[in-house]
Amino acid sequence: MEHVTVNPWAALAYLVAGVCFILALRGLSSPSTSQRGNRMGIIGMTIAVVTTLITHAPVLAVACPQPANGVALCEQFGALHLDTLALIEILGAIAIGAVIGVVTARKIAMTDMPQLVAAFHSLVGLAAVLVAAAAFLNPQAFGIADQVIPMIGQPFWAIYPQSRIEMGLGVAIGAITFSGSVIAFLKLNGNMGGAPIMLPGRHVINLGVLAGILGLIAYFTQDQSPWIFWTITALSFVIGFLLIIPIGGADMPVVVSMLNSYSGWAAAAMGFTLHNSAMIITGALVGSSGAILSYIMCKAMNRSFISVIAGGFGAAADTSGGGAAKEQRPWKRGSAEDAAFLMQQAEQVIIVPGYGMAVAQAQHVLREMADKLKEHGVRVKYAIHPVAGRMPGHMNVLLAEANVPYDEVFELEDINSEFAQTDVAFIIGANDVVNPAAKTDKGSPIYGMPVFDVEKAKTVLFIKRSMGGVGYAGVDNDVFYMDNTMMLLADAKKMVEEIVKSLD
Amino acid sequence: MDFISILSIFVMACFVGYYVVWSVTPALHTPLMAVTNAISSVIIVGALIAAAAAGLGAGGAISKWLGLLAVVLASVNIFGGFAVTARMLAMYKKKDRPAAAKH
Repeated sequence: MEHVTVNPWAALAYLVAGVCFILALRGLSSPSTSQRGNRMGIIGMTIAVVTTLITHAPVLAVACPQPANGVALCEQFGALHLDTLALIEILGAIAIGAVIGVVTARKIAMTDMPQLVAAFHSLVGLAAVLVAAAAFLNPQAFGIADQVIPMIGQPFWAIYPQSRIEMGLGVAIGAITFSGSVIAFLKLNGNMGGAPIMLPGRHVINLGVLAGILGLIAYFTQDQSPWIFWTITALSFVIGFLLIIPIGGADMPVVVSMLNSYSGWAAAAMGFTLHNSAMIITGALVGSSGAILSYIMCKAMNRSFISVIAGGFGAAADTSGGGAAKEQRPWKRGSAEDAAFLMQQAEQVIIVPGYGMAVAQAQHVLREMADKLKEHGVRVKYAIHPVAGRMPGHMNVLLAEANVPYDEVFELEDINSEFAQTDVAFIIGANDVVNPAAKTDKGSPIYGMPVFDVEKAKTVLFIKRSMGGVGYAGVDNDVFYMDNTMMLLADAKKMVEEIVKSLD
Repeated sequence: MDFISILSIFVMACFVGYYVVWSVTPALHTPLMAVTNAISSVIIVGALIAAAAAGLGAGGAISKWLGLLAVVLASVNIFGGFAVTARMLAMYKKKDRPAAAKH
């Protein structure tokens, strides 16, 4: 099976690239080392690309004079002509991608980061599909086939059975990543409703299609007819689509990290095909990264991965046990002046941001409010739930964008005990993550989800658009009706702006 | 390299990934996704091979154009992914500095 001839120097370079990628992720363990980490990633990618450009420079097929000793002279002395035009085309392709990528990265608003990541995932998926297709059409170039000269008919290139499995898996995962990410993008970007779309019998359809794909990959080892390859590709596009449409907006953090994981596995599968250690290491890193992030998200919602993937969460809230207490309960409405007064008197204020803050773009004015409070001698902290927002770490990025120092921002388990000694809990755009029903109401769909103990704070200020809407989980929140809660009903940004004015 | 050595690299890398990713601070999970996205575009290696191999094999011509398209897509990801990560990471600041810059 010694089929792929790998230049040892090239193999070493790919290994170095792989190590650079490991160090890139390692750098993210703290914000102070993270920028160095990102540079390691860039170095690794440069090494991988340059190595490939050198070892696989486009060459013109020149007729090799076949000498008597059997070794083609042009191979022996490296006399192949460099195909300059093809090289220019390749560099041009890189330049086009670079311009699109850099312009997008500069222009994108931080609140749109989840969509951008989903869009980027779809590109990796599609690139994997294209590479697998190219390898299938031209296996000789990838060194994964032997020429077979049959007794009857044309000679053809038979792809190694092992490579066929790797290729089949690569194209399947790539296609699922692509179509799944496109749907995730459309949902996150608001082109498509966030509500889950439930097809009847979808579990049966999905499992059937998945079984079909796996069966075809197995059959592919016996028969390399094009229809098998293309059917695998088509079915995988379909399953990616079917898998994501029934998943609701609130579960998008899990979906985005899951697709992140898939894009890694797709790269790893292609790495197996090409015997390329940089691709395999990267694929394994990215694959485990996405898987761990999905796990963290699921745990933070107290839901199993399977139930998230099965979808439908937040579609119909009428099945929830908490629905019984639907009678009108009294609640208190406050004004910006009241809120400003309360917070000015406080010793400590904990701000709990949620997706609503991102939608209202309220992060900058929120930081202004915190600055004003600090001038009044108030201690301000931020509390971030792992599933706040639409992707892991979404709130942290937005706060960082608004110049909130990262040492004022705390994770759930680090700050939750502090609410009891806090004067004001300031909730902006969050709902389910502060719902005590998660601790008390066994019938609630969010039961068991770790939540902030905001009800223990002396006063709760709750910014909400109106009393009508409930969180994504579709459950009522007892915090609204507590004696020490003041509802601030308005657009988050407008309300905080008014509070800032009142603080002067 | 035979299949077992490649598999060994893969399995070891999965373990490395597991430990490295758990050590990433939750505050940086969004940049983590952006940077993993950028590095998973190392698939460009396969795209470059396909794009350079027009002269080889029967399916060379189509395969070359598929490869070139994949090079464009992967480059968008590589440049965009690293640039957006750098942009995000530059925003994470410790106390004092933003206050000093403001007043």
